[in-house]
Amino acid sequence: MSPVLDVRDLSVSFGGVPAVREVSCAVRRGEVLGIVGESGSGKSVTSAAVMGLLPPGARVTGSVRLHGRELIGASARELTSCRGKAMSMVFQDPLSALTPVYRVGDQIAEAVRVHQRVDKEAALVRAVQLLDLVGIPRPSERALAFPHEFSGGMRQRVMIAMAIANDPDVIICDEPTTALDVTVQAQVLEVLKKAQQKTGAAIIMITHDLGVVAGFADRVLVMYAGRPVEVGGVDDVYYRTRMPYTVGLLGSIPRADKGGRRPLTPIEGNPPSPAALPPGCPFAPRCPMRIDACEEREPPLFEVGEGHRAACIRWKEVAPYDAGAPEVSGSARRERPPRAVLEVRGLVKDYPLFKGALFRRRIGTVHAVAGVDFDLRQGETLGLVGESGSGKTTTLTQILELAPPQQGSITVLGHDTARLDAARRTGIRRDMQVVFQDPLASLDPRMTVHDILAEPLHTHGQRRPGRRIAELLSLVGLDPSHAARYPQDFSGGQRQRIAIARALALEPRLLVLDEPVSALDVSIQAGVINLLGSLRDRLGLSYLFVAHDLAVVRHIADRVAVMYLGRIAEIGQVDAVYRAPMHPYTQALLSAIPLPDPVRERARDRILLEGDLPSPADPPTGCRFRTRCPKFRAELTGDERRLCVDVEPEVRPLGADQGAACHYAERRDVV
Amino acid sequence: MTLSEEELAEELRDGVMAGAPSRTRLIAGRFFRSGQGRLGFAVLALMFLLAFAGPLVSPWSYLDKDFTAFLQPPSPGHWFGTLQTGADVFAVTLRGMQKSLVVGLLAALVSTALAAVAGAFAGYFLGWTDRTVTWVSDLLLVLPAFLVLAIMSPLFGSGQWPLFVITLALFLWMVTSKVVRGMTISTKEREFIQAARYMGVPPVRIIFRHVIPNLSSLLIVDATLNVSTAILTETSLSYFGFGIQPPDVSLGTLIADGSRTAVYAPWTFWFVAGLLVVTVLAVNLVGDALRDAFDPSSKRAR
Repeated sequence: MSPVLDVRDLSVSFGGVPAVREVSCAVRRGEVLGIVGESGSGKSVTSAAVMGLLPPGARVTGSVRLHGRELIGASARELTSCRGKAMSMVFQDPLSALTPVYRVGDQIAEAVRVHQRVDKEAALVRAVQLLDLVGIPRPSERALAFPHEFSGGMRQRVMIAMAIANDPDVIICDEPTTALDVTVQAQVLEVLKKAQQKTGAAIIMITHDLGVVAGFADRVLVMYAGRPVEVGGVDDVYYRTRMPYTVGLLGSIPRADKGGRRPLTPIEGNPPSPAALPPGCPFAPRCPMRIDACEEREPPLFEVGEGHRAACIRWKEVAPYDAGAPEVSGSARRERPPRAVLEVRGLVKDYPLFKGALFRRRIGTVHAVAGVDFDLRQGETLGLVGESGSGKTTTLTQILELAPPQQGSITVLGHDTARLDAARRTGIRRDMQVVFQDPLASLDPRMTVHDILAEPLHTHGQRRPGRRIAELLSLVGLDPSHAARYPQDFSGGQRQRIAIARALALEPRLLVLDEPVSALDVSIQAGVINLLGSLRDRLGLSYLFVAHDLAVVRHIADRVAVMYLGRIAEIGQVDAVYRAPMHPYTQALLSAIPLPDPVRERARDRILLEGDLPSPADPPTGCRFRTRCPKFRAELTGDERRLCVDVEPEVRPLGADQGAACHYAERRDVV
Repeated sequence: MTLSEEELAEELRDGVMAGAPSRTRLIAGRFFRSGQGRLGFAVLALMFLLAFAGPLVSPWSYLDKDFTAFLQPPSPGHWFGTLQTGADVFAVTLRGMQKSLVVGLLAALVSTALAAVAGAFAGYFLGWTDRTVTWVSDLLLVLPAFLVLAIMSPLFGSGQWPLFVITLALFLWMVTSKVVRGMTISTKEREFIQAARYMGVPPVRIIFRHVIPNLSSLLIVDATLNVSTAILTETSLSYFGFGIQPPDVSLGTLIADGSRTAVYAPWTFWFVAGLLVVTVLAVNLVGDALRDAFDPSSKRAR
């Protein structure tokens, strides 16, 4: 069967700087090609080049053939006729991809009418059908809604509906699930699969998530520095890896299905700048297998197996990444340390909801946090996980503010925040520090690294911080001579290290980490996670680790608390919770994580949650999860359901160090 | 946390890191590395030198009148020529520059500083601080500044120029402070401010260390523009007989007088006007260079 889309030696450069170099790939009907790579590897530019959507300054060479028709150099009219018809695209950010002022149904109908001669009515009917196909409940009603009335996952479904409106032959998905929560990601991937079956289209899936590719793609193309470095079937690339970069990527991902504290293997250094590529193999400076020959010239793609090619001169010697067998032993349960550094009891935080500009009246209350209990002991790491809107950030701010909570109590290092005077509060600030998600935003762009690190020291009365600053920089693995630079002169991973150094400046006992690695590329993320782990062990720190990435939490945390709609659904020792989650929500959450392991990924069955998170302004009665609970819908009898509707479950202990807020909790293996 | 102490001890002999670059030194370094900054600074310094050291070399003082030469073109006796009254243009120009430079620069600095502080406090603390600042600035906005300055002009007798500067500045800061307030509110939400708060840095220090430096581009542009505004306001005040009073002169009074004779005696106008233009240009160059020096993302002269 001849390929639908055939890309040969595609190169793109912007003002002489190559962004994509000699990309060749082909997709057949019904095939899914995954393109993976870190930021700056040229994967998005490749997709834009294929669609003919590059800005005017770009120079494109090579060939892109759709059904044998050359697209590079084709006239704008020709391109328009195939864009959206033969070839369509799903973008990363569904909010900015939809026009905010038109109804969703009209936008889909427009996509239909651009390429098909049908009247308005027929197009609208088709739009409703498409909405139904992508799983939007009450499609005829929702077609009249505006994009802002849709949640992120729903918007992405609309995008998919638009993409398949004209039965395309190729759908290019550019990070379609990156902006979404993991359970919504699972839903959207399912919709994509369904859409593909319906249309028989080939899909090019661009992503940085090796897990998504493992379960979804048939073939994988790994890109590095604008160039494919390994191409092959999913199993070949994952199990018979022949390129050290791919091995490195696979080794640097924390796994949700593997317990135990195995340090990740980060890839040293940073990706090269496209303007200054090294003379030989672009990966050579970071490669653990580098030899002198690597630096002579860039290796071509060697045929290393049936339909499997890799760009490494030592491909015969490359050992595939061995994830190790899933550990079986019950990993000696450690006693929890006795001293608590943080205790949260019955924490409640509401936000009033107002309406009207002139006469503001209260129309409701957002129950952001509705009764949360947990404690964190000395030297322990508690992972706080949950999807967006689950209240984890509010919980965090409540703790960090050190102000008396609206209801309940917060005890930090033995001090109740409700009974703190200003001096004490400042004292506690010294012992409790925070690291934010985005290091570029959390470091003052106008201050040098020296001043940034000196700030906490000055604030708490240290006069000459020069020495300490050098010490801190080397503690987090940076060169002390970089103190005179500005944050923007550093790469993402290095910036996060600076943020960590600042948090450590005063030798705190409690570190609050708000998604500290989610803004980083996988290969960089691994280094920061390892750093956090080793600092904790060396300095005896306690971490409150907030994240939405469950795999990272499993890797670093001792205990985990899963939040849903302002309450804790399940809490307990991390291996216990991951191995045998009790709460249906935790089970769904864990089953939704894509694993970078194609065989297991294909064999798993997902517990798909329906719909979106209910609004925290109007939570369901009784158990908050019951509206989406697969157990409530499928397994429980009418009588049993009544309990869920009437009584809000409290977290009750089940097992040694595990508790779940479910009336009918039972163990289930899902990872 | 003493792990790396031993290894570091060698590298860190006192003085290596102790003199770590502070922000002030770094910015000064970057400022003087840019050609613009050096040029602007040099010209401005030259202007000051001319204004304050010039009278020492000039044979005439600004009060002297040469009754042998009325409205004469430049000559070896009168370098810039003379006015209708017989006053030496060089001497009065320098005298005028002394006043205008000091008044213009100071008024601009004071008003921008006022705008920055008032706006940042209002935006950071909100609540009653915000209401007070907004009320005061609204009040000053509706007051006719020119009239108030005119009424107060008898107070600006000889030697009272600082009062004049302050009054002038008092009517220049309001609009900028509103912009600063708005920008502070958005800056306040940014994570590095949160980080500083959670670190225990007192609010006032956050304002001066984080908020205001991050608005420096705006403030510097504002100050640069204010220099010309201040000089021109002073000029128009003096033109109407308020502000600087005769026999004292300022660039404003000189330009006002000179413009009448500019056509047939260009030296009475063009020297003064030229120096004013050069001064304002130099201030703009300095402002540009300062803005670049403050902004780490500008293309730099490293």
